[in-house]
Amino acid sequence: MAPLSAGVAPAAGTVTFDLAETTVRALNSELHSPSATCYQVLHPQGAHALAAGVHAPLTVDVRGHAGYYCAGMNDGAAITVHGNVGTGVAENMMSGVVRVRGDASQSAGATGHGGLLVIEGSASMRCGISMKGIDIVVGGDIGPMSAFMAQAGRLVVCGDAGDGLGDSIYEARVYVRGVVGGLGADCVEKELGPEHVAELAELLTAAGLEPTGAYAPARFRRYGSARRLYHFATHNSTAY
Amino acid sequence: MCGIVGLHLRDPELYPRLGRLLETMLGQLAERGPDSAGVAVYGDHRRCPDGHAAVSVLLRGPAPARAQLAAAVRAALPDEPESGVPAGLTEPAASIGEVRVTAAGATTIIAAPVAVDTLVEAVRRAAPGALVVGSGRDLTVYKDIGNPRDLAATFDLANAQGWQGLAHTRMATESAVNPEGCHPYAVGPDQCLVHNGSFANHATIRRELEAEGARFDSDNDSEVGARFVAARLAEGVELDKALRLLCERFDGFYTLLVTSDDGFAVVRDAIACKPAVIAETDAWVAMASEFRALADLPGIDAARIYEPEPERVYAWHR
Repeated sequence: MAPLSAGVAPAAGTVTFDLAETTVRALNSELHSPSATCYQVLHPQGAHALAAGVHAPLTVDVRGHAGYYCAGMNDGAAITVHGNVGTGVAENMMSGVVRVRGDASQSAGATGHGGLLVIEGSASMRCGISMKGIDIVVGGDIGPMSAFMAQAGRLVVCGDAGDGLGDSIYEARVYVRGVVGGLGADCVEKELGPEHVAELAELLTAAGLEPTGAYAPARFRRYGSARRLYHFATHNSTAY
Repeated sequence: MCGIVGLHLRDPELYPRLGRLLETMLGQLAERGPDSAGVAVYGDHRRCPDGHAAVSVLLRGPAPARAQLAAAVRAALPDEPESGVPAGLTEPAASIGEVRVTAAGATTIIAAPVAVDTLVEAVRRAAPGALVVGSGRDLTVYKDIGNPRDLAATFDLANAQGWQGLAHTRMATESAVNPEGCHPYAVGPDQCLVHNGSFANHATIRRELEAEGARFDSDNDSEVGARFVAARLAEGVELDKALRLLCERFDGFYTLLVTSDDGFAVVRDAIACKPAVIAETDAWVAMASEFRALADLPGIDAARIYEPEPERVYAWHR
């Protein structure tokens, strides 16, 4: 992916919140009742809950590293973090686009219902845990126990996946280009059909990746539920 | 919750700034553990000069007043230096008698130019009720209850110097909020362990360690981890191997930072639900529960920042 861009000049009319001088509460209060459409956040220094709960089609640029739950519950905004993020970036996102130029900590995109989360670097454990319709594209690797109980949505990993991928997965679709450390219970590799190639190309393009050459969809493998775990099996009837 | 910060300096030019850097890190994690805090510093010659041993204690029960403590410890020291004085002890026997006492909140630090065991024994004789919370040739430990930001001032952390340090902010879950329950657990010479999480099978392991001769100071689960590591190190096992053995034996949740007279090591349990982030530059290695504790370290913008993987031991040595 494109290298991190450090000092992009903000668009005209951009409102700046410098967290060396003001508070996260002031920032989020403004974003919840916005008076502008473009915002940038300076000196985030790993603060928590940056741009959480935005419910409008805003553009927010966080210039530095963010803490926990950055862009949580996002509904419609385009939020870019020019750095790393802590636990639970874009957790429970409803719609919009969240882009992390660096790495993400645990539980990225957890329980997300919609929208697109792009992590240009790597994500650590439990990426996409319990995802419910969100799309997640990771440029690097994801850690162990990712896509645990993932119910709906698509998770695309351009690097490797850690152990226990897709444990107890429902109907989410997982695509991995690199090595999978191990599959969790009831997660299996599945055929990559033409509809999956088309969907992958669409997701990679949306994330800003040209779906050719090294990123050609054919280089990915698809994983999903064997559907043995969440259906009732008649041989268990004596347990009741 | 609880918060952990640790800093292992590679660049000696930073040694004079260790305390100030640690204080900033600690302050960022005060909310993770607002009831109490503990700090350990390695190489703070203000409190433990070269050639001295230091013993950190919580004074309780029958103990002389602090003003009389130096004289009481001095009187309890043997008149003649014992044989087998460890290497690095340069003070001649005649000057044994210089006992330095520093009060810092609930903690008192006693230093003297004698062997570590000799000083620990003398402190126990002089103040039979005192709880020894740290000892070594290089280590000073502070514990107290209250807001960690206030405690940093109580400990005069800003002026501490040294090559390595760590701090823990505690949100008590397994035992009472008192100075005894603060981390680090420093149960072996120049060793510290801080813990975010809770061990599930600590009572079983406690009984095993007691059968091997270990004596415990608290009911705290983290002390069991510290005693387990101390027992392995005493057997000659390397620090990273000791932590791998801990992973095999302990159930539960843990992010641990363990330090020794030359080492700094981090390990997380198999599920790794307790947070940890590591940053490294040529000048230092730092670990914290959250990135914001690292945000003001010098050179952080160029640091390699990553999260430790489950059950993998990360260790550094001087």
